Amino acid sequence: MAQVHLRDVVKKYGAIQVVHGIDLEIQDNEFVVLVGPSGCGKSTTLRMIAGLEDISGGEITIGDRVVNDLPPRHRNISMVFQNYALYPHMTVRENLGFSLKIAKRPQDEIDRAVDEAAGILSLAEYLDRKPGELSGGQRQRVAMGRAIVRHPEVFLFDEPLSNLDAKLRTQMRTEIKKLHQKVKSTIVYVTHDQVEAMTLADRIVIMRDGHIEQVGTPLDVFESPANTFVATFIGSPPMNLLRGRITGDTISLTDGPLISLPPQFASNVADGQDVILGFRADNLMPVGHAMPMEGAYAEFKMTVNLSEPLGTETLLFGALAGKEVQAKMLNPRPLQNGEQLQFQLDLTRCHLFDAQTEQSLR
Amino acid sequence: MHPALQGLLTIALGVGGCVAYFYLSNQFLDRVLFPPRGPNAGRNINRANMIRPWLFLGPALIALGLYLAYPVVETLRLSLTERVPVPGGQPGEYDYNFVGFANYAQMMDEPKFWEAMRNNFMWLLVVPALSTAFGLLAAQLTDRIRWGNAAKSMIFMPMAISFVGASVIWKLVYDARPIDQEQIGILNALWVGLGGEPQTWLTVPLWNNFFLMIVLVWIQTGFAMVILSAALRGIPEETVEAAIVDGANPFQIFFKIKVPQIKTTIMVVWTTITLVVLKVFDIVFAMTNGQWQTQVLANYMFDKLFRANDWGVGSASAMVIMLLVTPILVWNVWNARREMR
Repeated sequence: MAQVHLRDVVKKYGAIQVVHGIDLEIQDNEFVVLVGPSGCGKSTTLRMIAGLEDISGGEITIGDRVVNDLPPRHRNISMVFQNYALYPHMTVRENLGFSLKIAKRPQDEIDRAVDEAAGILSLAEYLDRKPGELSGGQRQRVAMGRAIVRHPEVFLFDEPLSNLDAKLRTQMRTEIKKLHQKVKSTIVYVTHDQVEAMTLADRIVIMRDGHIEQVGTPLDVFESPANTFVATFIGSPPMNLLRGRITGDTISLTDGPLISLPPQFASNVADGQDVILGFRADNLMPVGHAMPMEGAYAEFKMTVNLSEPLGTETLLFGALAGKEVQAKMLNPRPLQNGEQLQFQLDLTRCHLFDAQTEQSLR
Repeated sequence: MHPALQGLLTIALGVGGCVAYFYLSNQFLDRVLFPPRGPNAGRNINRANMIRPWLFLGPALIALGLYLAYPVVETLRLSLTERVPVPGGQPGEYDYNFVGFANYAQMMDEPKFWEAMRNNFMWLLVVPALSTAFGLLAAQLTDRIRWGNAAKSMIFMPMAISFVGASVIWKLVYDARPIDQEQIGILNALWVGLGGEPQTWLTVPLWNNFFLMIVLVWIQTGFAMVILSAALRGIPEETVEAAIVDGANPFQIFFKIKVPQIKTTIMVVWTTITLVVLKVFDIVFAMTNGQWQTQVLANYMFDKLFRANDWGVGSASAMVIMLLVTPILVWNVWNARREMR
């Protein structure tokens, strides 16, 4: 059993506080991804769990033990680093077996564990090579192998894929997911790439400036973002956000058209309240080029300034309420730049945030 | 002219002359000899580029040839000859008669030569090992403390002192006064303080060799520390963190992760100090002059060449030193090149 609990965890470097009292409960065998822009404190948090950084305040438990003052080797964790961090002077076999060797385990046990890890990660044929003779993807697999030989309770991944090229990254993403199914361990994974977070995580933790903004399953945070930051950070392209004011049962967008108030928010807003309307490109489509929408929708004209054909769909860039807005068109056809089209906005899939707090009005 | 002005003028002329040579010879090559224009522009550019490296390397090659290669050949020749005054000639006129390996045979018969060989061998075992070990230790420790840079400067400072200067300092350390006087040498002060009789340390056979070696260790530790400190800082921090997570203790991290990663640098430092040791002369010359069984090869050579005026045996011992240095030098260069890759 290895649940990881963080209670009011704080990290300070001198007078500068970089992590502001984080609370997080990670279940046994759960795959949790910490995601956020650089400098948000996600790596620091991971390194505190690993024991590579001191904890300035609060408490971290792994399993049932408070680990605040335990050195990394007593925490029963292993870590995969961004730059692989393989020992360049050792062969792959020695790299994999290093932790067991210094724990003075018998040689036959080490050999068995190394062979098992090499089997899982298909590294058997590279065991006698040095890291310098391996490709990026192979090095990453060795780094993962080094983590799994010890059968730790918790795996920590610190942006393990960011040094790989796009194709390899996708491939390794799948391997990590498979690995999790095979070794059945708790995984805490740090990345700045929201696609990685969405595809890998059981639960995503979105961080900004040392705070947790939202915790939820990938679909949770995509479908109901807690605030505008999460709304723009998760999902590609980022959610469109337009300022406006509630007037009766409509939203009057600043310098833009009147749009009827999405019904699901009717009871949560007050007349005259300043709000931010959020919607994804998938929910704004030109009439006649979209699937017919059911339920409440708004209709307005918009000029398309630029289009990006992606094959199955085309991304449209228009201007609405003085801001650039992205829309989508299925059944693509060639478009003239500057062409004006009638658009439909699916109100049932819209989001509404308070203009001051930027929190969702759900 | 004032000597300082003369010195400045020499520096200005020397540096200016070098710059002028490189600039003007390059201009001459490009403008006059093979100008990149006319019907053969392409061919001219190729030819100019073929000549340019030799143009720039030329002065160095000539200087090395004149002051290094030629003396080696000349020393070899002298080591195979004997110098006798021309019968009935002016004082200072000599004949050089080929004698084969007679000089070498004579040298081999001298116990002092074998004493020098034995001592040099001891120096070779002790000094590079201790200097590198202390340097590595100092590099690792000073990187971990706040006043590490100040400590580093102190340890490095002996590098700036000439060998003779260092010998004078250490001669004071080993100084001995009669028993009824106060000891000014710190070693005797300590020794007497502990209840011993004052010793003339530099005359105690066998041990005095080690007292001399300490001087060179004291000087070379700073060199080793600086190079190894830079190498230690070049080790990727993540490999150290990975080892921490893997459960290594500080000693294991140092010996199993850090040291192997800077192995080639350690070898370069080791062999570089070995070369210094093989040529060691000033320290022995200034402190014991090879007496009390502290002779080393370089001092033996000096004795033969300039005191006994025996050019044949002196040159022969110089050749022996060169033969011993060469393989280590080759290995050193090979290691250094491997490290640069």
